[in-house]
Amino acid sequence: MNVASADNYNFAYLDEQTKRMLRRAILKALAVPGYQVPFAPREMPMPYGWGTGGVQVSAACLVPEDRLKVIDQGADDTTNAVSIRKFFQRVAGVATTETTTEATVIQTRHRIPETPLKEDQILVYQVPIPEPLRFLEPRETETRRMHALEEYGLMHVKLYEDIARHGEIATAYAWPVMAEGRYVMTPSPIPKFDNPKLSDCPAIQLFGAGREARIHALPPWTKVVSLDFEDHPFQASKADHACEICGSCESYLDEVITDDQGGRMFVCSDTDFCSTRSNAQQSGAA
Amino acid sequence: MTLQSTIKPLESGGFSNPPQQSARAFRAIMQAMARPGQVEKISGATPPAPLSPAAGTLALVLLDQTTPLWLAPSHDTPELRAWLTFHTGAPFAPAHEALFAIGTWAALNPVDRFAIGTPEYPDRAATLIVELTALAQDGPRLTGPGIRHEAQLSLPEIAAFQANRQLYPLGFDTFFAAGEQIAGLPRSTIVEAR
Repeated sequence: MNVASADNYNFAYLDEQTKRMLRRAILKALAVPGYQVPFAPREMPMPYGWGTGGVQVSAACLVPEDRLKVIDQGADDTTNAVSIRKFFQRVAGVATTETTTEATVIQTRHRIPETPLKEDQILVYQVPIPEPLRFLEPRETETRRMHALEEYGLMHVKLYEDIARHGEIATAYAWPVMAEGRYVMTPSPIPKFDNPKLSDCPAIQLFGAGREARIHALPPWTKVVSLDFEDHPFQASKADHACEICGSCESYLDEVITDDQGGRMFVCSDTDFCSTRSNAQQSGAA
Repeated sequence: MTLQSTIKPLESGGFSNPPQQSARAFRAIMQAMARPGQVEKISGATPPAPLSPAAGTLALVLLDQTTPLWLAPSHDTPELRAWLTFHTGAPFAPAHEALFAIGTWAALNPVDRFAIGTPEYPDRAATLIVELTALAQDGPRLTGPGIRHEAQLSLPEIAAFQANRQLYPLGFDTFFAAGEQIAGLPRSTIVEAR
C-alpha cells in the first residue's frame, strides 16, 4: 500500500476545522488589503522557515482541479519548491506544472513570475516576517497600534536615514509598500524589481507567515505604492546585464559564482521564463 | 439498512464530500470577496427553507464552534436552528456579539449593531449573509480594491454601505445570496448611486 497517497490524507492535508479558520482569515485579509490577520498556524511536516505559512494558505485554497506551480527565488527546481510541489501532489492529488501560464495556483518564495499573471490565477507568498515595522519596533502591541493610528513616521525616518547615510534608500528587497493608501505592508522579501508587479495585478495575491501566524492579502487591481520620497523616487532595479542563457535584458537576474577565480555569470532567476525563451530561440534557429 | 434511511430529513442537506465540496465552494466565495460585484455560483447544501442553497453552502464552509451566529427574525426558525447546529455547531449569539449574521436585508437592519472590529484588530468584524430574491450585476456603482474600473451590483440599499465604508478599515463585510448565487461586498468597496 502506498501510505503517502492522497486517499490516506484529508484533501490538502489539513483537517476541515483548520481550513475553515484559515479561510475566514483569508476573507478578512481580502476585505482589508495589507492588514495582517492573525491566525492559528498548525504544525506542518516541514520546519518553520520552509514556507509553512504559504503551504497552509495554499492548502486552504486548493481545489482538486488545480494545477499548482511552486517557485523558490524564481526557480521550479530547488529543494523547497520541489518538496512543496510533491507534498501537494501527494496530499491533494493536484496536477503540477512548471509553466507559469498553465498554473492556477502559484506558491512562491521571494519572487513574482516574470510572465504577467492572469485573472484566474492565485499567487501565494511564503512570508518570513510579515510586519514591516518589526525591525524598527520589536513590540507587537506597539506595531499594532502604529498600524491602527496609521503612524508610519518611523518607516519614513528609516528610509530617510538610509539616504543620509548611503545617499540612497539602501533596500534591495522587502521594500515596504502602501496598500490601497492605508496599510504599510511588506511584500515578503521579493526584490524591489518585482514591486511594481504587486499593483494592479489581475490575480489574487495571498501572503502567509506560518511562524509569525499572520495572513495578509491583496485583492486583484489593488493600488500598491512603494514608499519613497519626491526627490528620491522608488526605482525598480536589477543587475545591469543580460541573461547569459536566454539573453533577456528585462528579467531579474541571479549572479552565479562559477569558479574561485572571480568567474561569475548572470542568469534569469525565473527558470520557466528563461527556458521558455531559450527553447523558442532554439526552435527558431532549427 | 443504509445510513441515509436512518437519519431524519433535518440532518440531511449537508455536503456528501465535505473536503472537496468545501474547497470548491470556498474558491468561489474567495473570488466573490476579492472581486466585489462578481456573481459566483456555489452549491452543495440543501438547507431547510427559508435558507437558500447558496447561504447554506456559505454556512457549511465558514461556520463552526468558534463563530457566534445571529439569525435575523426572517430566518430564526427551529428547523433552521437545528440544521445549522447539526452541520456547523455554531453557537447562537445576540446580533452585536455575532461574527456571522444571516437574514433578509430588512430583518438584519439596523446593520450598525454588528461588530465592526477594533482599530488594532479590524478583522474582528461581522460577516453578514444577506438573502436576496435575485442577484444581478446591475445597480449601484462599485469601485475599490478588487475592481478594475467599476462594477455594478443589485444592492438592497446604498446608504448603509456608504456609512460602513466611512468606517474603513473597520466595518462589516457582506455576502449576498440568492438561489445558488453569491456576490461579495467587502468594507473596502465604495458604493455610489448611478
